[in-house]
Amino acid sequence: MRHLQQAVAKIDGLALVKGVPAYTSDLDLNNNVLVVKLLRSPHASALIRSIDVAAARALPGVECVLTHEDVPQTAFTLAGQSYPEPSPYDRRVLDRRLRYVGDEVAIVAAVDEASATRALALIRVDYQVLTPVLDPASALDNAELVHPESVHTNFEIGCDPSRNIAAAHAVEQGDVEAELAASPVVLEQTYHTQAQAHCMMETYRATTSLDVHGRLQVMTSTQVPYHVRRHLSRILDIPRNRIKVLKPRVGGGFGGKQTASVEIFPALVTMKTGKPARLVYSRPEAFSSTTTRHAMALTVRLGADRDGSLRAIDIHCLSDTGAYGEHAPTVFWVVGQKTLPLYARARACRYHGHAVYTNKTPGGALRGYGATQGTFALESALNELADQLGMDPAELRLKNLITPGDSHPVLSGSLPGEPARLASSTLDRCITRGCELIGWEEHYPRVQLSDTRVRGYGMAVTMQGSGIARIDTASVLLKLNEDGFFTLSHSASDMGQGSDTVINQVAAEVLEVELEQIVSSSFDLDTLPYDPGAYASSGAYVTGNAALRAAEDMKAQMRAAVARLWSLADGARVDYADGIFSGEDGQTMSLAELAQTLCSFEGMDQLVGKGTFGGETSPPPFIAGFAEVEVDLETGECVVSDYVAVVDCGTVLNRNLARIQVEGGVVMGIGLGLYEEVRHNSKGRLMTDSFMEYNLPSRLDIHDIRVVFEESVEPTGPFGAKSIGEVVCNTPAPAIAQAIANAVNAVNAVNVADVGNLPRLYFRELPITPEKVLLATLGADAAD
Amino acid sequence: MELETTINGRRVSLTFANGEFLAETLRRYGYLSVKRGCNTGSCGLCTVWLDQRPVLSCATLTARVAEHQITTIEALQEEAEAFGRYMVAQGAEQCGFCSPGFVMTVLAMKRELSNPTPEEISHYLAGNLCRCSGYKGQMRAIQEFMEVE
Ligand code: FES
Ligand code: FES
Repeated sequence: MRHLQQAVAKIDGLALVKGVPAYTSDLDLNNNVLVVKLLRSPHASALIRSIDVAAARALPGVECVLTHEDVPQTAFTLAGQSYPEPSPYDRRVLDRRLRYVGDEVAIVAAVDEASATRALALIRVDYQVLTPVLDPASALDNAELVHPESVHTNFEIGCDPSRNIAAAHAVEQGDVEAELAASPVVLEQTYHTQAQAHCMMETYRATTSLDVHGRLQVMTSTQVPYHVRRHLSRILDIPRNRIKVLKPRVGGGFGGKQTASVEIFPALVTMKTGKPARLVYSRPEAFSSTTTRHAMALTVRLGADRDGSLRAIDIHCLSDTGAYGEHAPTVFWVVGQKTLPLYARARACRYHGHAVYTNKTPGGALRGYGATQGTFALESALNELADQLGMDPAELRLKNLITPGDSHPVLSGSLPGEPARLASSTLDRCITRGCELIGWEEHYPRVQLSDTRVRGYGMAVTMQGSGIARIDTASVLLKLNEDGFFTLSHSASDMGQGSDTVINQVAAEVLEVELEQIVSSSFDLDTLPYDPGAYASSGAYVTGNAALRAAEDMKAQMRAAVARLWSLADGARVDYADGIFSGEDGQTMSLAELAQTLCSFEGMDQLVGKGTFGGETSPPPFIAGFAEVEVDLETGECVVSDYVAVVDCGTVLNRNLARIQVEGGVVMGIGLGLYEEVRHNSKGRLMTDSFMEYNLPSRLDIHDIRVVFEESVEPTGPFGAKSIGEVVCNTPAPAIAQAIANAVNAVNAVNVADVGNLPRLYFRELPITPEKVLLATLGADAAD
Repeated sequence: MELETTINGRRVSLTFANGEFLAETLRRYGYLSVKRGCNTGSCGLCTVWLDQRPVLSCATLTARVAEHQITTIEALQEEAEAFGRYMVAQGAEQCGFCSPGFVMTVLAMKRELSNPTPEEISHYLAGNLCRCSGYKGQMRAIQEFMEVE
C-alpha cells in the first residue's frame, strides 16, 4: 500500500516537538480575559447553610461571584456520550449539597489571578457537615445517602439513589449455577482494582468569549466537542446554534476529557458578564475534582472440567463511582462485555452487580473503560485456575478462546436472540508468539537469579472494542480545492494518539495522492461534520471508515465530473490512477486541471465528498501480554524487566503510531499494576493530589517492552483495521500479578504433584507495592 | 518589579510581580513553548536553559534571572528539528505537551554527555514525565540522534 501499513510521521509531530503554539492556553491570548477560579468543598459531605459573598464581590477587580443561588438548577451529566446518555443526570452546576472534598461551591471571575484568589478567601460559607459514605463496600443501603433526592435517567439503568446505587446490571447466558454445581473444579476469588488518575500532562482548561455574532465561543481541551456543545446548550438553556466550539491540539486525554469537567464554569461567567473568561485547572484540581478510573471489587467464580474446559464464568462487580455517576453504568457494563466473550467455549456465563455512590472524587472514563478492571479479575482467576489444574496457563486459554466465526451474546452488536459473530482474531497466534518471545517454555514460572532475586513470569489476554456498536456514528467531509488538494474535515478529536494522521492516510490511500495533498481540518465545529469524539477506541475504525467512504464518494464524483467535461456517453469509462484521469480514447486530465475547471465558470461544480459510518458490531482487537518481573525478596521491590505484547489490531494502519500506542498503554498498565493509586484519608480528603504523592511511572521504572503485531484482516474495518487505543493497557496488571506470585512462591506450579499440598500466594489487590509483597511473603513464612 | 536579562540572545527588560516564577513570566512575554504540567517542580515540562543549563522555570524565581542567559526552544528551532525528525520517525511525540521541556533537556544532555549509556540517558531525563509515549520511543529517538551526530 502507498500510505498504510507504513511508519508515517504524525502530521503535527514536528511542529509539536519544536514547541509551536498549538494548545488552548497558547491560542486564547487576550489581555482582557477574566481569570476564573472555583471555591471547593473542604468536606466530603455537607450542606451549605448560608454563603456570604458580599466581601468577595466588593473586592476591586472582581467581576462576578456565583453561588448555587445564581446559576441554573438543571440536572445533567457531564459524561461525553451520545444522547440519550446512559449516565444519570445527578449534578448541577453548583448545588447546596456538597458530595466530595473538591466539589464546587462558588465561581469567581476577576481581572487577574491574584484578585480571583483573594476573592475566594473572602467568601464565608456556613457548612452543615454530614457523615460521608467513603467505603464502597458499606455504601449499599447505608443510612447516609450521597444523593437523597431523586435522580433522572434517560432510560432504565438500575439507578436507585435511595440505596446509593448509581447503576445496576445483569447479563446471563446459560445456567451458571447449574454449570458451577456440575464442575469438578471450582474457583472463587475476589479481586480489587484501585482508582487511577489520568495524569494527562495538559490539565483541563477552557476559554470562553462571545464572538462577533454574539455566539458563545468555547475553546476547550476536549475529546468530545459535539457533546460539550450539547451539554452547554442544555445547562445554559441556549440553542446549540448559539454555541461555537473550538478544539485546538489536546495535551493528552485518556478518557478524562471525555467528561466536560471545566467548560461550564467559564461559559457561565461569559454569559453573565459578556466578557471572555478562562479556567485552567491546577494539578491538584485535576487530581481532586475531575474523574478517575472506577475502583472495583470483582468476585470471579470459575467452573471447569479437569481437562481445563471451562463450564462457567461468573463475575460479580461492585464499582465505586464516587460522588457522581459519569460513565457509571457504561463502564460497569463494559467490564462484562469485554471479558466474557473471550472464553466463548464456556457453557454459561454471567456478569452482574452495581455501581455505588460514595463521597469521593467521581469515577469516569479512563482508557480501558472497565475492560481493564474486568481483565485484571478474570485473567488473574484464569491464572489461579491453571495452578489448580496443574496446567500451563497459555494452554488453558488456547483451549477456551473465542475464534473467528464464533458468536457470543455478550459481544457488542448482539441483538436479543441474535448474538454477534466474531469476524477476525489472531489471538491464538498472539499467545503462541508471545510464549516464544518471552521464553515461556524455558522460564515459566520462575528463574532464580540469586538467593534474594527471582524472576517470575506471567501472562494475560484481553479484548476491547472498536467504537460503540449501533450507536456512535461519525462523518467525514472531503472538499476538492481549486488547485487539486483536498480538505478533509472531521471531528474525531485527536488528543495525541494521531487520529488526524491516520484518517488522512486512509483518504490518501483511496485517492492515490501524497499525504501532503490532504489538509486536515478538525478545529472549528462550525465547519466540521458530526462525530461523537475520541473515545471507545473509535478513531481508526469509525471515523476511519467514514473517511474511506468519503474518499470513495469523492473519487466517484470526480470520475463523473470528468465524464461530463469530456461529454462522454453514459457508461463510458473514466479511469483514475495516481492523480490522472484517462478515457478510453486516450484523453487525460490531471487532478489539478479538473479541480481548477470545476471551481471556474467553465466547470461550475465544487465537489464535496462525504462518508458516514456507524458500526453494527464493535470488532474487538486482542492482545496477549507476557510479563517478566524481577522481584527482590528482601525489599519486595518489583521491576518489570521485560514485557511482551503481541497485538491483533487488524491491519496496522500506521506502524510507528500503533507501536507507540502499545508501549504507552503498557506503561499505563504497569503503573496500574505496581505504582499508581488514588488514595483518600478517613475524612475523604484526597491524599494523592500531586506528582510527589501520586506515583506516576517515570522512565527509570520502565525497562524492556517488546511489541509485535499479529495482523488479522477485519472485514468491516477500513483496509482491515480494528482499534488500538485502549486494549493496550489491560494485560500488564494481571500478567505482572501472576509473575510476582510465581516469583515469590517456592512451588513450581506446573509440577502437578505439588499442587494442593503447599500454600500459594496470590496478589489480588492493586497496586502491588513492595509492602504488599513483603507482607505476603512474611505471612507465608510465618504460616510454614 | 523589573529587571534586565537576555532571552534567546536578546536583551529584554521584564516586568513581573513579586514572587513570580519564570515559567509564568516567559509565557506572559510570549514564549509559549514553555509548558507547565504541575507548577511544583515535578514534571519537567517547563524546562528552559539558564546559562546553558536546564532548569525548571516553574521553580525558578524571575527575580533571580537578572543578567543571565535564558534559552527557550524558540531559539533552538534547527536543533529541535534535527532531533524532532528522529522523534516523529518513532511516533514518539503523541500529544506533544511534554515535548518542549523534554527536547530542551535532551539538547542540554547532548552538550553535556558524550556516548551516554541508556542508563545515563534515563537518569539525566528522569525528571521529564510523559504520560503518552511510555518512554521507549523517546529513548530510541535519543539513541539514534546521539549516534548520528
Ligand atoms: S511545571 Fe515545572 S516541573 Fe512541572
Ligand atoms: S507526548 Fe503526551 S505527555 Fe509526552
